[in-house]
Amino acid sequence: MKGFQLKFLPFNERSILVELPSRIEEDVLKDVLLFKNKIRKNLSKVIVEVIQSYNSLLVVYSLTIDDFNSEILNLKSLYESQVDDVNLESLVWEIPVCYDTKFGLDLNEISEEKKLTIQEVIQLHSQPFYMVYFIGFLPGFLYLGGLDHQLQFPRKSKPRMKVEKGAVAIGGHQTGIYPNESPGGWNIIGNSPLEFFNPQQSPPCFVKAGDQVQFVPIDILEYEKIKRDVGFGVYQPKFRKRL
Amino acid sequence: MIRVLKAGLYTSVQDLGRFGHGSFGVPVSGVMDVQSAKFANALLGNPEHVAVLEITMVGPELEFTEVTSICMVGAEMSPAINGKPIKNNMAINVFQGDRLTFGRLQKGMRCYLAVLGGVQTESVLGSRSMYWPVTLQSKVLKGDELKLMEMKKHILERHAVVRFGDSYVVSETLEVFEGPEFNELSKEQQFILFSKSFTISNHNSRMAYQLNETLQNSLNAIITAPVLPGTVQLTPSGQLIVLMRDCQTTGGYPRVLQLTDASINLLAQKGVGQKLRFVRKPYV
Repeated sequence: MKGFQLKFLPFNERSILVELPSRIEEDVLKDVLLFKNKIRKNLSKVIVEVIQSYNSLLVVYSLTIDDFNSEILNLKSLYESQVDDVNLESLVWEIPVCYDTKFGLDLNEISEEKKLTIQEVIQLHSQPFYMVYFIGFLPGFLYLGGLDHQLQFPRKSKPRMKVEKGAVAIGGHQTGIYPNESPGGWNIIGNSPLEFFNPQQSPPCFVKAGDQVQFVPIDILEYEKIKRDVGFGVYQPKFRKRL
Repeated sequence: MIRVLKAGLYTSVQDLGRFGHGSFGVPVSGVMDVQSAKFANALLGNPEHVAVLEITMVGPELEFTEVTSICMVGAEMSPAINGKPIKNNMAINVFQGDRLTFGRLQKGMRCYLAVLGGVQTESVLGSRSMYWPVTLQSKVLKGDELKLMEMKKHILERHAVVRFGDSYVVSETLEVFEGPEFNELSKEQQFILFSKSFTISNHNSRMAYQLNETLQNSLNAIITAPVLPGTVQLTPSGQLIVLMRDCQTTGGYPRVLQLTDASINLLAQKGVGQKLRFVRKPYV
């Protein structure tokens, strides 16, 4: 672990918030994930869960904390301890996306505003490896880092009442996939046939924080085929180990 | 089982919540007023974590297709069995074919209906709490049939109305801790938070309660960070949003206050137009 300056704050009767420097960066994330792992391994008897974001960990205990100071000291020494420093396995997932304008309702607008052809927009969007910082907002919603600055596009001033399940969209400097139908203000550029949240599976999400995703453009026929396979539960998302 | 003849305004199956899946963006969910729900289970001798029906403002009409015992705690909603009024805070035996109806809301906002052994609907990710898309439904619908624990005959013979310390149902004082971004408020803004009275807006649900009065601020958005039920967010337009049990796991607004567990229960019994005050509670 890097040895960042950490801040520990009581959050409620049963929770302590741990803050690393307020930055959206991979080395901060790596430290957050390693610490999360350590907490889960060493405190599993007294905690119910750890919720993690870019630079924070919220440690939720099963019982009321009687002495915050001693519990915080506990966490501090756990962070500083050298033992259990495991290497986190990180996977790269291939996420098929159909960028057909049938799905990409805002592709034309982005292409015009940004003076890029639709082909260029698709290429810029499907080139990077996006870092999965955490899952939040909605069950299965991935917070991804790495959107090309040429594709940054402000959220819609009037959100849509209904965004389709699987919609791939851009909001400000972020890109993401709607895991289920919901209202939403991001600009839709395509749709992925994969299931990003399945409560009948354990774990319910195949992607985890610390993994990477890459979008792979597919045509409508391929989309329909994958969608069918996903529906029958026979589609295996493709991945490889990150080097 | 329980047959749902009318669903009411918002009736759902809830237990104490779904834990351990926050890393996948799954909300905690569970009963809004934990104290009432636990008490209802206790009066039937149930373990505290078994599922109950959470009934909001306008009650459902329910038919029991088998023998069981029930108990209602929380909001007073003029319940009746086959038209005959019954009381809250008391175990009651029901028979096959009995119909439970509700009338005028007299006090509180949410009533908890416990049944012997707990409601036996499907458990998903370790909880029966209804929340779409984790469960298929977010509330019970007309025509639903809710499975119960099978009973040969009534096992509860005698029962009395038990006094339940429910003064919190009418209290207007919310005990709160300072939130992670509280110190970014000016002294004056902090003073206003703890001296002004706030009113619940009509945007109030299992997910969040918005308050009418605003607090002018120039706080920066934070980079998206964890939140919990009871977190009070302050938006750039000055709106205060109190997150409730179905809230998302992360948010980008400054977290200025955090309700105590008891205050979340209290707020769960409040509705539109009701007044609130925040009172600071130090961390021990």
